[in-house]
Amino acid sequence: MEQREQQEWERRRRMRSIAIALALAALAVIFFVATIVWLGGDVGRRKL
Amino acid sequence: MANLGIETPALAPARLAGGSVGDFVALMKPRVMSLVVFTALTGMLLAPQGQHPALAVIALVCIAAGAGASGALNMWYDADIDALMQRTAARPIPRGRVTPEEALAFGAVLAVGSVTVLGVLVNWTAGGLLALTIAFYLFVYTMWLKRRTPQNIVIGGAAGAFPPMIGWAAMTGSASLEGVVLFLIIFLWTPPHFWALALYRARDYERAGVPMLPVVAGPEATRRQIVVYAALLVPLALVPAFMGFGGPAYAIGAIGLGAVFLALALQVWRVREGRAADRAARRLFGFSILYLFGLFAALLAERSLALWFG
Repeated sequence: MEQREQQEWERRRRMRSIAIALALAALAVIFFVATIVWLGGDVGRRKL
Repeated sequence: MANLGIETPALAPARLAGGSVGDFVALMKPRVMSLVVFTALTGMLLAPQGQHPALAVIALVCIAAGAGASGALNMWYDADIDALMQRTAARPIPRGRVTPEEALAFGAVLAVGSVTVLGVLVNWTAGGLLALTIAFYLFVYTMWLKRRTPQNIVIGGAAGAFPPMIGWAAMTGSASLEGVVLFLIIFLWTPPHFWALALYRARDYERAGVPMLPVVAGPEATRRQIVVYAALLVPLALVPAFMGFGGPAYAIGAIGLGAVFLALALQVWRVREGRAADRAARRLFGFSILYLFGLFAALLAERSLALWFG
């Protein structure tokens, strides 16, 4: 593989890794938001 | 078998294993995905409002991801015929930008992820319908019908018709008659839409061995079927107005757009020779997208205004 191709391959891999990281972060946000919605606003005042 | 020194795009070595982010976006068929999201959003807004807005947004993201999964899995399975057709030869797998294995893994992860998240976070009726849609598109349409019968897109069209029902189910946890009507509109819209395309791409489909109606039954039979489906679709599109979930703007839009749709279908039937016939088919294909978009946009706009102004 030529050096230019190697660099291009590495650039694509880096961009894919960033995209996967962003997708995982978005998934974490989705689960966090859904958890808050499911628990409701008065979760801190529930009977123990 | 000797390849006579000719390297087909499908067999081109994927030297740069793994494509760019753009290649993976292309695998999800973003234009199809946008129509899926749009129709699903219409189903969501028409449903009785009971779902938290954040969960509605999550549901929409899951539906979009599910549509993307269907696209990627379809491109994985159909890579061989995509390479033979002018319309699809530039897709990421035939071009060697993404390997079939990568597309399969990407589609499978998206499919399982979107169904699981929708089911766990929103409700399992919507999650189940999304799973059914993806499975129907992959196993029934792509793997079973597409290469075997000219009725492929008639039956397979059900997969593209589910999104409004999924949207409704995401909001209510159940199916409804309104969702079924929206399903039927897309279901009856699909054959004339794809047959118009197949009329002027018949040689493409023939080369790939896909038994589309113009290839198997000929252009005459296809033109007749287009008119029959258009004649069924246009009155059906008025049902939302009669059932009350489409208002006056929708009724006027459905009548106007329906009249044009019928006129273009009749033009396809009448003009049968040369470039004029191709032009008529292209015109119907282009307008059919506008037609479906217009119907759902009218429903969406009316419902949004009603929700906004109470």
